[in-house]
Amino acid sequence: MSEKKKDLGLEILKEINEGQPKDEQSRKPFLGKAGIPLLAIFTGLVIGALLIAVTSQSVYAAFSESVGKGFSAIFNEVGTAYKALFTSAIGDPVRMVKAVGGDDVREIRQAFNPFLESLVQSTPYIFAGLAVALGFRSGLFNIGVEGQLFIGAACATWVGYTVTGLPAWIHMPLAFLAGALGGALWGFVPGLLKAKTGGHEVINTIMMNWIAFRLTEWLLSGPMTREGSGGMPISPLIQKTAEIPQFFPAPIRFHLGFFIALLVAYLIWWLLFKTTWGLNLRTVGTNPRAARYAGLSTTKSIIVAMSLSGALAGMAGAVQVLAVNRSMALGLSSGYGFDSIALALIGNTHPVGVVLASILFGTLRNGATRMMVVSSIPIDIVDVIQAIILMFVAAPAIIRSIYHLRKPKQEEQQVFLSGWGGQS
Amino acid sequence: MTTNSRVIEHKRVVEVSSTRKLVVGIVEVLIGLLIYFIFALKTASGALTRFVMTPGGIDQGFMADWILPSKITLTVLAIAALLIGIYQLIRGFGRWTNLMVGICALFLIFGFLVWQAADKQLNLAGMLSSAVLLAVPITLGAFSGILAERSGIVNISIEGMMLMASMVAAIVGSVTKNPWLGLLGGILSSILLALILGVLSIKYKVNQTISGTVINIFSAGLTAFISQKFLQHTPLLNTPKLFPRVPIPGLASIPLIGPILFNQNIFVYLMFVILIVLQLALFETRWGLRLRSVGEHPKAADTLGINVIRTRYMGVILSGLVAGIAGSFFTLGSVGRFDEGMTAGKGFIGLAAMIFGNWMPVGAIGAGMLFGFADAIGSKLSLLGSAIPPQFMAMAPYLITMIVLAGFIGKGQAPAAEGEPYEKE
Repeated sequence: MSEKKKDLGLEILKEINEGQPKDEQSRKPFLGKAGIPLLAIFTGLVIGALLIAVTSQSVYAAFSESVGKGFSAIFNEVGTAYKALFTSAIGDPVRMVKAVGGDDVREIRQAFNPFLESLVQSTPYIFAGLAVALGFRSGLFNIGVEGQLFIGAACATWVGYTVTGLPAWIHMPLAFLAGALGGALWGFVPGLLKAKTGGHEVINTIMMNWIAFRLTEWLLSGPMTREGSGGMPISPLIQKTAEIPQFFPAPIRFHLGFFIALLVAYLIWWLLFKTTWGLNLRTVGTNPRAARYAGLSTTKSIIVAMSLSGALAGMAGAVQVLAVNRSMALGLSSGYGFDSIALALIGNTHPVGVVLASILFGTLRNGATRMMVVSSIPIDIVDVIQAIILMFVAAPAIIRSIYHLRKPKQEEQQVFLSGWGGQS
Repeated sequence: MTTNSRVIEHKRVVEVSSTRKLVVGIVEVLIGLLIYFIFALKTASGALTRFVMTPGGIDQGFMADWILPSKITLTVLAIAALLIGIYQLIRGFGRWTNLMVGICALFLIFGFLVWQAADKQLNLAGMLSSAVLLAVPITLGAFSGILAERSGIVNISIEGMMLMASMVAAIVGSVTKNPWLGLLGGILSSILLALILGVLSIKYKVNQTISGTVINIFSAGLTAFISQKFLQHTPLLNTPKLFPRVPIPGLASIPLIGPILFNQNIFVYLMFVILIVLQLALFETRWGLRLRSVGEHPKAADTLGINVIRTRYMGVILSGLVAGIAGSFFTLGSVGRFDEGMTAGKGFIGLAAMIFGNWMPVGAIGAGMLFGFADAIGSKLSLLGSAIPPQFMAMAPYLITMIVLAGFIGKGQAPAAEGEPYEKE
């Protein structure tokens, strides 16, 4: 026991000498910071291609004829898949140029729709990624984004269809905020448990996920079910006044929510890096002992951070319901909660990085949906690629040894997370 | 050194703080009131509850049915819980506090069953039997966690390892038509993932929670990918043979206990064998002492000539092995088919069982059984046509996990050095 105390004293001294966590924006040149994530993404795509090739029957058939044919089959298979991914995620360049040259407004919209749809897919990722990033910045690992998202969506839906007679400029923000509030509540509980009892947030948020799934399942097949759905778990359509507007007529779903997401990302950046509150939060996140030594309340910080993180996740659910689906069903999320962990780390837990990574993931997912149709490759390949990207981002040494890069002079910023004991 | 630390742990348990004494007492009183006002008052006075004491499909170890007058039973349970709570508030049970909480929890569960099955019949033995079966993946998951964490590695990827193992076991079991080979395949796939976890967290010193998350996402993605691409259209790949029930001669014909514990499939027996081996190995052998010392104080262990890195790899790989057995249980011991995401958080509940059981195999199996029982109640009650929505019953294990983690049962002792990468100086 006494030995531990001595260690603590030494550590505090060390931490005070190291000073406040630096804003890493000014620390490294741009490419240096983006280099590892970009190489990680590239390597992830290469391994994804290998997976496509290995699981393709036509490749095996071609290899049984001759090796050359086998290799051309690999290129063929992977080429078709990735071409479908690209054109349906960004758009067909030829068609875009032609459309811009012509005068048909509809054709222009259609040609750019894949790109706009990618932004639609990115929107919930931005909110969810920010949620995880905010948690990491305060030393918390919020794996509960998925559950917070479901609860947020349920709250937004409920306000969206039960409240009537409000003008749109009140109803829509109200429903959106209800979503944020629901998510915040779902984040508050594990935050409170962590701060007051030391119950680890990783397990508690996962448990809250399962409770949220069961709860929404019950809500959607019971109290919130759509009339005439015959027991199918789906909610009624929300009121017109609660809808987040889409900019273009139907098949194009691009909506205001994307810009709300950017605004929220800006707010989070401002909160984290431009306010004392943010500095305190980050200090608690990187150096809990030093923070306590400086008289900061870790308890309060943990609870506020988890609630805010949950609120962001709730917004992800709300935006999907209010802008895209217009009602809630159980297939609301395609695993945004878990993808957001990868997003936050690839974006270096910085709001700008998170937005960029979200747009990348949204694009990937949008493309993969189409790829599934064209070349019957299950969309879950995106998860595999994401896991690999995450692994490389978390262990940059692997990437460096693959591409023979030199070690940076400074140590990379590491995410700080505590063990089960919650000794923070 | 180890005996010393164990003595300290015991002392700590004996001292019950005054707030905890108060909180526990209040909870026990509330349980009593709940049983009386919610359960007993809503039961008709002449109602009878019939508990069937032999699981279905069993041909040895019969026991006669229990027939209880519902209202009287409930009232007795309520009074007992109230008395325990009042004694706790006035005098306190000291070292027996946890036991008394457990007894009150048991009263609550039993009372709930009596209430729900009033004027109906409920196969209690069948419920217990399926509770044991449901406890298998959770308990094995907890053992897997103990092996990794005692060596100082936090393994939150048990869920992912289990999922991968369940798929591989289904495929290998279907192709070879041999469940043993399926089990072997499941174990190997899980060990492979454990190796990745080991390399990431030991060699590359990646934050262990994050390396675990990598494996969880990877497993979920790859199993869904393969399931959609192959398993769903090719039944040949996804119809493994189940391990059959193997009654243990003699023991299986003991009434009640026989059918529940000794007439199960191989996974249940494996669970008990691993329990005994692990408990003995961890606390009675040099191997166990070394493993634990690496998890508690790697620097000291290194000074004494223990290879910290190698010991940690061993811990992680053994953890993968046990998680592989747990995963194979789903496809080879329970369902007979692989479904996407079929582990449904059992790996994480296993981790909670490990914490609940204070990083001890014996404690972990107790916690695992509790979770298994909570699970079994949910599935049985929906068959009874209970008024409580099945979704709420399904929440029970998750809620219990959170309550347990909140330290209501008392705080445990995590290995001191877990989560910290070891760097030789």
